[in-house]
Amino acid sequence: MNPDFALYLALFAPLAALPLIAALAPWPNVRDAAHIGTAALTFALTLNLLHLMLGGASPSLLLFEIMPGLPLAFSLEPLGMTYALLASGLWVVIAIYAVGYMRANDEAHRTRFTIFFALAIAASLGIAFSANLFSLFVFYEVLTLSTYPLVAHKGTPEARAGARTYLAMLLGTSIVFFLPAIVWTWTLTGTLAFQPGGILGGRVDPAFAPFLLALFAFGIGKAALMPFHRWLPSAMVAPAPVSALLHAVAVVKGGVFALLKVAVYVFGVDYLSSSGASVWLCWVAAASLLISAFIALSKDDLKERLAYSTVSQLAYVTLGVALANQMGIVGGAMQMVMHAMAKITLFMCAGAIYVTAHKTRVSEMRGLGRQMPFTFAAFLIASLSIVGLPPMGGAWAKWFLLMGAADAHQMTMIAVLAVGSLLSLAYLVPVTASAFFAPARGEPSAAMKEAPLMLLLPICLTALGCIALFAFAHDIYVFLLHIDFLPLPEAVAP
Amino acid sequence: MDAAFALIAGHANYWLVVILMMIGLYVAIARGNLVKKIVGLNLFQTSVFMLYISMGKVEGGTAPILTGLPATVYSNPLPHVLILTAIVVGISTTALALALVVRIREAYGTIEEDEILEIERDVGSKS
Amino acid sequence: MLQALLHQLPVLQIVLPLVAAPIVAAFGGNGRGWMIAFATSLIAFAVAATLFAEVLDGSVISYHLGGWAPPIGIEYRVDILNAFVLVIVSGVSAICLLYARASIAAEVEEKNHAFFYATFLLCMTGLLGVTITGDAFNLFVFLEISSLSGYALISAGAKRDRRALTAAYNYLVMGTIGATFFVIGLGLLYMLTGTLNMADLAARLTGYGDSRTLRMGFAFIFVGIALKLAMFPLHLWLPNAYTFAPSAVSSFLSATATKVAVYALLRILFTVFGFDSAFEANVLRLIVLPLAIVAIFVASFVAIFAEDLKRMLAWSSIAQIGYMLIGIALLSHEGLMATVIHLFNHAVAKAALFMVAGAFMLRAGTTSIPDLRGIARDMPWTSAAFVLAGLSLVGVPLTVGFISKWYLVQAALTQNLWPVALLVVLSSLLTLTYVWRITETIYMREAPAGVRRSEAPLSMLIPTWIFTGLSLYFGIDAGLTSMAASRAANALLGASNLFWQ
Repeated sequence: MNPDFALYLALFAPLAALPLIAALAPWPNVRDAAHIGTAALTFALTLNLLHLMLGGASPSLLLFEIMPGLPLAFSLEPLGMTYALLASGLWVVIAIYAVGYMRANDEAHRTRFTIFFALAIAASLGIAFSANLFSLFVFYEVLTLSTYPLVAHKGTPEARAGARTYLAMLLGTSIVFFLPAIVWTWTLTGTLAFQPGGILGGRVDPAFAPFLLALFAFGIGKAALMPFHRWLPSAMVAPAPVSALLHAVAVVKGGVFALLKVAVYVFGVDYLSSSGASVWLCWVAAASLLISAFIALSKDDLKERLAYSTVSQLAYVTLGVALANQMGIVGGAMQMVMHAMAKITLFMCAGAIYVTAHKTRVSEMRGLGRQMPFTFAAFLIASLSIVGLPPMGGAWAKWFLLMGAADAHQMTMIAVLAVGSLLSLAYLVPVTASAFFAPARGEPSAAMKEAPLMLLLPICLTALGCIALFAFAHDIYVFLLHIDFLPLPEAVAP
Repeated sequence: MDAAFALIAGHANYWLVVILMMIGLYVAIARGNLVKKIVGLNLFQTSVFMLYISMGKVEGGTAPILTGLPATVYSNPLPHVLILTAIVVGISTTALALALVVRIREAYGTIEEDEILEIERDVGSKS
Repeated sequence: MLQALLHQLPVLQIVLPLVAAPIVAAFGGNGRGWMIAFATSLIAFAVAATLFAEVLDGSVISYHLGGWAPPIGIEYRVDILNAFVLVIVSGVSAICLLYARASIAAEVEEKNHAFFYATFLLCMTGLLGVTITGDAFNLFVFLEISSLSGYALISAGAKRDRRALTAAYNYLVMGTIGATFFVIGLGLLYMLTGTLNMADLAARLTGYGDSRTLRMGFAFIFVGIALKLAMFPLHLWLPNAYTFAPSAVSSFLSATATKVAVYALLRILFTVFGFDSAFEANVLRLIVLPLAIVAIFVASFVAIFAEDLKRMLAWSSIAQIGYMLIGIALLSHEGLMATVIHLFNHAVAKAALFMVAGAFMLRAGTTSIPDLRGIARDMPWTSAAFVLAGLSLVGVPLTVGFISKWYLVQAALTQNLWPVALLVVLSSLLTLTYVWRITETIYMREAPAGVRRSEAPLSMLIPTWIFTGLSLYFGIDAGLTSMAASRAANALLGASNLFWQ
């Protein structure tokens, strides 16, 4: 298949499904099947792209020029491919889960929900394949807007308030910081294309580089760097599949992915480390990492605890970026993958517990593990992956980040990474421990049983995925080493 | 003293225009009666007409009608033409304004600004 | 034959609606008026589009009215900037008229329809005239034609709410004062130069230097136009006028009247005065720029707390005019591009939004925001148009609002005016707030029990979606608008010698 066409297909498959899903509204079963089918198709198309890419193809696509010199263009590189595989692969899992969850919970407006879900994934793929900062920004905003109806789904005053915070913070940071950062870059360099080795080197006064980086780091609000993390807990009002989408796959990973792209292809890792522009970011990320971990410890609401855990885990990626060396970036990208797989499992478990037992608080879940052994076992596996214990995938991410910190001679950061892991152990493992070993409160109701199969199946899949990633980490590592950190030599003429 | 006299007498037309203009503007802004406002607006506009006309006057010039005499000095006719147009605009404005006042009177039963405002405020607080 | 006709296009642009107006007034009963008016506006749009195509390469068409050569005779002068505005005005007129049929039938008494459409055509004549003319006094006359018919159009809202009458009256008083100020300033310029043709004025003022008369002339003209374009703090007439006017009129005037005034300001500032003295630049930098920023924030805050959709949109207009003024006050190529693009953006987005308000008025009988709860369920298409046009107002990517914001921020950054860039982006959040407040009300809140409202008729939906579609299309493919804006900015800046650069 023509590689360019393959890219085109992968980008437009979810979009093309939108009218279909809308048209199938009167037949819920067919519509939901179409949803899962689209997800599977998109994943297959993305895998096809990976196959082409490993075969040496480098597809690119130019849709149109919005303004002179500012095209909506797409291309493939290892980071984007990783994020795209993550988004489309986990979409399949989440689509199955969402169907089960929405039915079991009897939620309304399911067609609207499905459409915006697919739109959000389409936007994520747009982010993943963006060939320039401008395209990335466009899809970044589309992603924000398309997830708003998902967060506000229930329409209750709390849902509306939460969604309002969500939208205001994400659009706000992107308009107030991200957009000026992009325009500034444009006025400095005259280009916004992602280039190996970056475009800013030598073009921006090193004294201003930290400010520009700050505009990017805080402007990409989806990366939830403190103090712009409030939207994440606010968005907890959303139904569980949405939380999984927001907190594990599309939105937060879109944020850290954008940050990685900016570091590697706009600033350039070399420029970032030689100018020292990112030193301050290490400290902010470290603070964000630790503070949110402490907040997570104090939360009794399971979803809220998971939300703060996400803030903390995202700070790992930001820290990786701030370390400004190859291992830091690779570790950050690895953390992006491992955390996604683990966190999606955790959120799906939380949803399953809510649907089956109608429990949201950790303190109410004592003894629940005996009724729902599979759910809680999956929860434990994912927790351990977040903590970074072998044989879970998360171990590798933490390992590479530690290597990055060592390369940068940042001993403090090594300590921060270690403490962060300990804290995550402290806020995640007790959930399972008390569910299995603490005595249940009151009479265990006879009706209590394991979650429905439609929920359980995806949960088990991703839990196994956490383990599988441990085995495949080497392949990912090799793949990520293909990132072009240095400017391409001028004289490479075929 | 002479300089002061020259400043006043030499620019007599401007002084008159300015005074008339200020009276007109004051009336248009300060009066509460909608018809009186229109009167003020008219005064204001008229002062501008006079500004233009006086500006077109050439010392010793006659009305710009071709007489055939080569030595005749004419006043500048262009301002007259312009003001003819402006007068037409002014009349239409006055006509429209008066028509609106009539409609306001029908709708509110008064043409005093403060009374109208009070009525509107009552409506606003009720709805 | 065709060639001869093409030569007469500039005058046809004005004469057609001017002649059609009395015909509509005389024979416009039983819906014929609407048909004639609509047909006329379509032809006017075709004429404007042809003119635009002709001057797209940067050439200038000069038409001598009655064969009298300028500067004695009146000249119609079409360059890319005013051709662009002509297209906007005539296009918006045509689409608004399409919309007006159903909306006006509900909001204006039957017996007045013929007069309404006649007045509409007159207003359009005036606006097109202001845009096309190259003669400063002629500009005043057309400005008054458009304003007078505008007052009458606004007062047509009296059937629904008598406050339309007082709104129109207040607008009349303010508008007349503004127009008279303009004439005073023009008189002073005439004293200095002895000419009224804008190109001639510019030529004679070049190298004239500075004098008190010139400054006074500038000040009077500036304040006069500022009143017409509702520049803060001379905006007091606008909120009531747009709130109580019939919806089609609000849509039409908000999209064209203030835009044409902005155009007139651009023309006077750059073509006539051309920044020969530091005085004018200082006025812009030290007075207009701060006022514009204050306008954006104050008006947006008022809009956030407005209880009525149309009033909110009216205040939003005042804020949006602030962006255009910032673009002008930055005195740079990008700044002017931003102004011109925003002119277009605001015209289409605000027209669409007022049309949505009109559709709500038709079906729900009110535009009071709390009464619109959950209306998206019953009127999905109208509501979706609101969200998309609203996002364009905010400046979200893929809408034309983003393009203008992009250039505005870029213009501020290239001049190292950091605070301005920051305030511009910050103010977008206020815009987002008031747009989202409505979005949330109409989508996410439950409709009052037992209330069902049907979707707006197609004759209203189509115009609304034409505008919405335009604001999306030109957000995705901004090639044409940015090219036209760039050339217009070049034309404006080429005419003036920016001495500080």
